[in-house]
Parts: sequence; C-alpha cells; structure tokens
Amino acid sequence: MKYVDEYRSQADARRLVAAIRRRVTRAWTLMEICGGQTHTIIKAGIDRMLPEELTVVHGPGCPVCVTPLEQIDRALAIAGRPEVIFTSFGDMLRVPGTDEDLLGIKAHGGDVRMVYSPLDALKLAIKHPDREVVFFAVGFETTAPANAMAVWRAKQQAVSNFSVLSAHVLVPPAMEEILGSAHNRVQGFLAAGHVCTVMGYRQYEPIAEKWQVPIVVTGFEPIDLLHGLLMTVDALESGRSGVENQYSRSVSRDGNRHARELIARVFEVCDRPWRGIGVIPASGLRLRPELAAFDAERRFDVSHVSTRESELCIAGEILQGLKRPSDCSQFGTACTPERPLGAPMVSSEGACAAYYHYGRQA
Amino acid sequence: MSSDGREKLSSGAHCPIPISEYPTVTLAHGGGGRMTQMLIERFFLRSFDNPQLELLHDGAIVDVETLRLAFSTDSFVISPLFFPGGDIGSLAIHGTINDLARCGAKPLALSAGFILEEGFEMAKLWRITQSMRAAAQQVGVPVITGDTKVVDRGKGDGVFINTTGIGLVAEGVSISPRAARPGDVVLVNGSIGEHGIAVMSVREGLEFETALESDSAPLHDLVSEVIRAVGGELRVLRDPTRGGLASALNEIAAQAGVGIRLDETSIPVKDEVRGACEILGLDPLYVANEGKCLLIVARSAAERALETMRAHPHGREAAVIGQIVDEHPGKVFLRSRIGGTRVVDMLSGEQLPRIC
Repeated sequence: MKYVDEYRSQADARRLVAAIRRRVTRAWTLMEICGGQTHTIIKAGIDRMLPEELTVVHGPGCPVCVTPLEQIDRALAIAGRPEVIFTSFGDMLRVPGTDEDLLGIKAHGGDVRMVYSPLDALKLAIKHPDREVVFFAVGFETTAPANAMAVWRAKQQAVSNFSVLSAHVLVPPAMEEILGSAHNRVQGFLAAGHVCTVMGYRQYEPIAEKWQVPIVVTGFEPIDLLHGLLMTVDALESGRSGVENQYSRSVSRDGNRHARELIARVFEVCDRPWRGIGVIPASGLRLRPELAAFDAERRFDVSHVSTRESELCIAGEILQGLKRPSDCSQFGTACTPERPLGAPMVSSEGACAAYYHYGRQA
Repeated sequence: MSSDGREKLSSGAHCPIPISEYPTVTLAHGGGGRMTQMLIERFFLRSFDNPQLELLHDGAIVDVETLRLAFSTDSFVISPLFFPGGDIGSLAIHGTINDLARCGAKPLALSAGFILEEGFEMAKLWRITQSMRAAAQQVGVPVITGDTKVVDRGKGDGVFINTTGIGLVAEGVSISPRAARPGDVVLVNGSIGEHGIAVMSVREGLEFETALESDSAPLHDLVSEVIRAVGGELRVLRDPTRGGLASALNEIAAQAGVGIRLDETSIPVKDEVRGACEILGLDPLYVANEGKCLLIVARSAAERALETMRAHPHGREAAVIGQIVDEHPGKVFLRSRIGGTRVVDMLSGEQLPRIC
C-alpha cells in the first residue's frame, strides 16, 4: 500500500538499526513523546532491535492517560443524565473514572455514542434538537483544530444544544516539566510528528536551547521511528542540541497556520492537572469566555466531583518516563485491560496497554 | 442480592463474577475477545458443565448409534441489517453452515428462530427471508423448522435471528481445537477483515466509501474438499469471526497448549482493508470475518491443503500464515513486517478506535 509500505520496509529497518549500532558509543536515554509512537515501537518490535546502550522510555503523549480523573468523573456525571447524548472518541470509553467508565454508564442506560469526529457530534445535535449533545474534547494540539471547528460551527449555525467538555493538553509544557524534574534521565526527545504538523516546531527551539537537548520531530511508522532514533543518537554523540525534523513530509517550522488560528479563536491557555502528574502551568486549553455557552462544564453543574484514584497505580511515573509498565507490581495481575487501575492500561496509546497487548511482560 | 455484594443464582451458587467488577452486561461481553471468553467460562460452562461443551468448538458432535452428528447454533444481532455483500439473512445461513463445516460435517438441515420488533417493516423482513432462502438453496440445505416471537417496540433492534443446524460427520474425521501439534502449519483460505470493514462502512455515524464487500460465504464445500485431500492430517478448523484471526488463534493456542508463530507479511489483507484500518485505528487481525476459515494441518499435508483451497472459488487467496511450535504454550507470536517480534494478544472487549 503506497505511503505505508515504504515506511515498513524490512531492508530499510535493518539498515537503520545497523547505522544506530555503528553510531552508538555509550549509554543514552531517549523519550518518544507520543503514545502513538510508543505503540509503533512495541508493535513493530523496534525496542528489541536496538543496541543495549539505548534506553527508550515512553512519554506523556497519551491524551487519554493524562486526562484528569475529575474531568472523567464530570464526563460520567454528564453522560448519565437522561437528556444528554454523550459523544466521545472510542479511546475514552473504557478509561476508569472513580467508580466506573463510560461503557458502564451506557450499560446503565446512558446514551453514550462513539464518534470519529467532533463534527459528527455536531451533526447529532442538529438532528436531535430536543437532546443535549456533549462532546468530550480530549487530546493534544493534534485534535484541537477539529474540536475548535466543531465549536466554531456550532456558534455560526446557532446550535444551542451542543457543548464540549474540554480536557485539552499541550506538549511543550509537559516536556519542560520532565526536563525540570530532579529525577529526569531523558537526554533526547522524539517529538510528536502530528502535534508539530499542526503547531510547527518553533515552540521547541527555546526548550532545546534552554536544556541543551536534541529534539527530533518524528513520524509514526516504524521507519520514521528508527530514523528519528538515529538522528537523536547522532545529535547526542556529536554533542548537538537543537530541533531537527525527521517528519519533513508532514511538518514545517510554522505548522498549519489556519489550524493554529482556529485554535486561538476558540480556546485559551489555562493551567491543567495531568492525571498522575499534577497541575502543569499553562498546559491546557479551555473555551474562551465569549464561547462559554458551549462549555459543558458550565452548562451542567459538575464543578464539584469527588475523586478517588487507585493507590496502587504508578501511571504518573510511567508517563514521566521514570518507570516502565513492566516495573509496576500490579501490571498484568491486579491491572489488566479488562480491569484497569489506570488509564494507560486501556488507552490505545497507553504504554501499559502496549506492553500488555504486545507481550512485554516483566 | 446477598450481603457480601454478590448476586445469588437460583441454584444457591454465588455469581462467579464479583458484582464490583461487572454488575451488568456490557457490549464488551459480546465482542468475541477475552471478556466473551470469561462470560462463557464463568457462566455457561459452569452452568451446563459437560465434556462436549468444554471443547468450546464451533459445534458439538453427537454419536447416535453408528452415526456421528454435528450440532451447532448461532444468533445474529447485526447492525445494520443490510450491508455491502450480504444481510442478516444470508449471514444467519452461512454462519451456522460454517460452524457445522468446522466440525468436518456435511450440513443436513437448519432451524430458524426470529425475534421481531413491533413496527419492523414487512418489506424488509421479506428481503431478509428471501436472502435466507437463496443462501439455503445455494448450499442445498433446507430450513425445516422455525419459531417467531414479536417483542414491544424498543425492546429489539428490528430483527434478531437464531439458526441451528445439524450435519453428518464424515467417517475418519476427527477435528478438534485441541488437536494442534508442534510442527503443524496454520493456513487461512483468503484475505482477512473484509466483513468487519464492510459492515462498519455503512454503520450510522461511520459511513465511508469503499468498494469492499463482506466475505460472507458458505464454506462447507471448501472444507469437505480439504478433508478429501488431506483426511486425518487436518487437525483444527476454526471460524475467525468476532474477535478476528488473533482471537481465534489465541483460543486454539490455549486449548491445545501449544504456541503459534505467525508471519505478518504472509497474512493476506486487501489494501482496502489495510487502508480502512489505518484510518480507523483498527488492527485487521482483530476485525471480523464471515467467509474465512483457519486450518491447522500436519506439515506433510500443507501443500496439498493449500492447492486444494486455491482451486476452490472461496480459497483462491489461501495462504500459509504460520506454524505451531512447542515454545511459549498458549501464546501467539508474530514476526512483524520490519522483522521485529511481538505477542498477538486476544481481543479485550471490543476494538475501540483511537483518538489521533
């Protein structure tokens, strides 16, 4: 299949692995930011092809995993209301809240529907004017433009029964949080290609400069990942810091201007708690005050939810690259995809799910 | 409910799934993966406990004096009712015919039970029954008994159909999911994932254009030709329906206590299916099939089985996709396209598309 097979070629993979082996002279710890990249690494078996000097740790770039528990509990509270059609990307449906998940709400009679696009949720609102349609706006900068578009169209078309519950998060503040941690061991980053497709990589230049690290914008196919790893290793071995772009077929320095403008028109930056990590300043997006009518948090009184997180789950340490899923004593025993203690075990971008499904047991 | 939070069953036994885990049925219990397996093992196997059922095969064999009868049942609750390449009617016939074929049996007769929802259009019901008639005629197996019930509007999804079939097992045939042995070879009769993607392409809220059609087809004829060609060297037959190829192979690995190794590049997947899966964030290994059959045969018979299938209209793209090994019993491993290896796990719940 064109545009896919080229990036999954065994011959190219072998060449890149050999080049990485030749270039590595000492131990390095690298982090891939995005959960989609984590899954490619584990699914294609890349982690097992790398020289032992390289340690790849998995980053916080799983939007489902970092969505704070209180926001999930708010989603559950809204989804359980009889007048509501609650719409969400499929990923969020099995993420555990304090007491249950969205599929549980559905089983109890809640009208929970999976959509592929927030614009489909808007269509539902137009089709069912007697119901309240709420979309769970989760994701990094990648999904923000489409979610912004849904709100903007709702405003333009005066759709009064549509709102979004925003749990948007931003990548650069999370990288700074990791680099600033006393426990940090990450020496180079593979930045998330799709986030940079929207935002460009200008934002990462001051981070690379301040912390003297290489940041390589990387794609999602196996060859992209191997190429990104090679570029990062090469930068580290040569003592280079700065931003480099492996994913040039999709990413430019300034990103997608229209998408960025739309995000800025609909959202504003806010402090946001990250599940398992804590509040990171200026790391989230919420609706601008003039669009408050489309804010589900205001429309339904769900500001006060009481949450209770599993004491056994180490998702926070995993999301910061301090531990791997296989380091967790609950992994595969008390915590499985059928009975998850934390979100990384059920999200399709979660590191624990990748380790579990593709057999990286302790 | 008893004081310890577990539901009491009428026999007095405790409900085997703690109420805190699953107080109600979720859709994931019907996904064909681990949750379905858990439901079957903890509820139905414990309730109906017998050696036939414990085999967890697609059908059961009943010995009647000198005859060996295969017996199988299946219920169809698909949405939408009509999809590219078929509808609930043809599917209901093919499904049970294929379950009988999986026992190595020649189908003899079928029953059909209909649960209709008040308000369902007669014209649609007629289309469905005509489609069943055509499918049954094509395989030469009559529907000889049936049942009809109507439920209140809102208590069904248009129409649910159950079909049950009996068939005659050919002499000398002994097919069982436990019969796989190290050294055996895994084959599939064609490209995977078409049914699941075709149905998804017309599902409300997900409509996308594709030239794909469901692969729904009766496979009894293909299977009987393979049996003729390789006889007792055919060890296992399995339907990779719900839960897809990955879940079916995991079941075999667990039941036979063997390991299975697959080669990703040799598994036939049409570009249309790969493309749709890439966009939707699904893995073709877990997408449902309706006209596909997994075969495990002795290595010495692999070539004959492959040639026989390729000569049949339903097996033109048949391929050897892996082998049975004595390492890692109960697990399925896959050699990835780029040369890495990974475990292929059973589906847990349903495949949920990813965010980005």
